[in-house]
Amino acid sequence: MTQKFENPVVELLFQLADDDYLFSYRGSEWLGLAPHIEEDVAFSSITQDTMGHATVYYRLLEGLGLGAADSLAHIRPAAERKNSILVERPNGEGCYMENPRYDWAYAVARSYIYTTAKKIKIDSLKSSSDQSLAEAAVKISMELYYHLLHWKTWFVQLFNATEEARNRMTKALEKVVADSGDLFSFGDAASEITNASLIESEQVLLNRWTEYVKPVFETIKVAVPTFGKPERNGRNGEHTNELQDAIDTMSEVYATDLAAAW
Amino acid sequence: MTAVDTKDQIYQVLETIKDPEIDTVSVLDLGMVEHVEIEGGHVTIKMLPTFSGCPALNIIQGNIERAVKTVENVDSVEVQFIFNPPWTSDRITEKGREGLKQFGIAPPPKYLEEDGSWHVNCPYCNSEYVTMENIFGPTACRSILYCKSCKNPFEAMKPISTLM
Ligand SMILES: [Zn+2]
Repeated sequence: MTQKFENPVVELLFQLADDDYLFSYRGSEWLGLAPHIEEDVAFSSITQDTMGHATVYYRLLEGLGLGAADSLAHIRPAAERKNSILVERPNGEGCYMENPRYDWAYAVARSYIYTTAKKIKIDSLKSSSDQSLAEAAVKISMELYYHLLHWKTWFVQLFNATEEARNRMTKALEKVVADSGDLFSFGDAASEITNASLIESEQVLLNRWTEYVKPVFETIKVAVPTFGKPERNGRNGEHTNELQDAIDTMSEVYATDLAAAW
Repeated sequence: MTAVDTKDQIYQVLETIKDPEIDTVSVLDLGMVEHVEIEGGHVTIKMLPTFSGCPALNIIQGNIERAVKTVENVDSVEVQFIFNPPWTSDRITEKGREGLKQFGIAPPPKYLEEDGSWHVNCPYCNSEYVTMENIFGPTACRSILYCKSCKNPFEAMKPISTLM
């Protein structure tokens, strides 16, 4: 039996919102831990922008009658989340409160792949049949410009630095690619989303991404990665246990008093 | 009092609503006010957010609602943030650019180079001899630069354009 998606824009908005929410959360765990002070400022600024983007999408969902933006962000359990597996993965071993042994190479590789994928989707969303989504995409695109510049610089510089840096980046990129099977997927709702002209198809976007990152991968002398079929598809609510841990941490304060005005 | 007078008064009040982080520029100077609509005693103000994640937006919204409510003939005020047209840094007025300089922040550059890079002068000594320290600054809308002439670090408003 095939599942019906009555309102594909809702499906797509949850995917976009949950992606940016989790990506921003993982970024926020790096606060105070980045390699140097300038990077701490830059990374936290990007993280704040990204949470702003998630908020834009959750507010659009609120406008469609799905519930309050804050509760959509904070209290939906993992099984209802539509983010890609890539953004839910922890930053490394340990916890930001205690003994964080986070991997900067992984942060750079994940951020570069995620941000370039986001760029391709945002550009397509500018011509979305959904007017509010198209307007939001124009806004987000202007901020994303700076994020792309930032992660591209790190990505290229670390790959072209010392042998150790290159080895660590190579390993990190492999890990990122292994988790990116659902990055360009729209899950079971794909045909409804594409038929409604909300965004272009998975394959069109993926091909465009490959072309877009090609010059950068040429600079670092690495083949443009291809993403395999996902083991779990986050777009269908299939997730790792790491996601629920992240949601619990992120919503801890909010959950203490659901009626409070923050 | 006519609706025109009411609108003038609302604009006068909006001139007093400053950016919570930069008290030398108002929301009008920043080009954030897109539209003021009066229907009977109800006022709707459509605003353009500068950055979508800017934490000052809620504060600005509250300040506007409180202040505009004090205008004669106004019973209720609603502030809406909209994305169309998108806010771009060229919406900042000349007065806004002066206000930024007074605060030690270089106004956003009016032009971008072909490769997307940009240049501003030092807000203190107007020197062109400046270097970019960090494109990301203490708030979403600012970058950190350093003036090699007067040896002051300073901030600049980032250019934001639909060409990006
Ligand atoms: Zn100077």
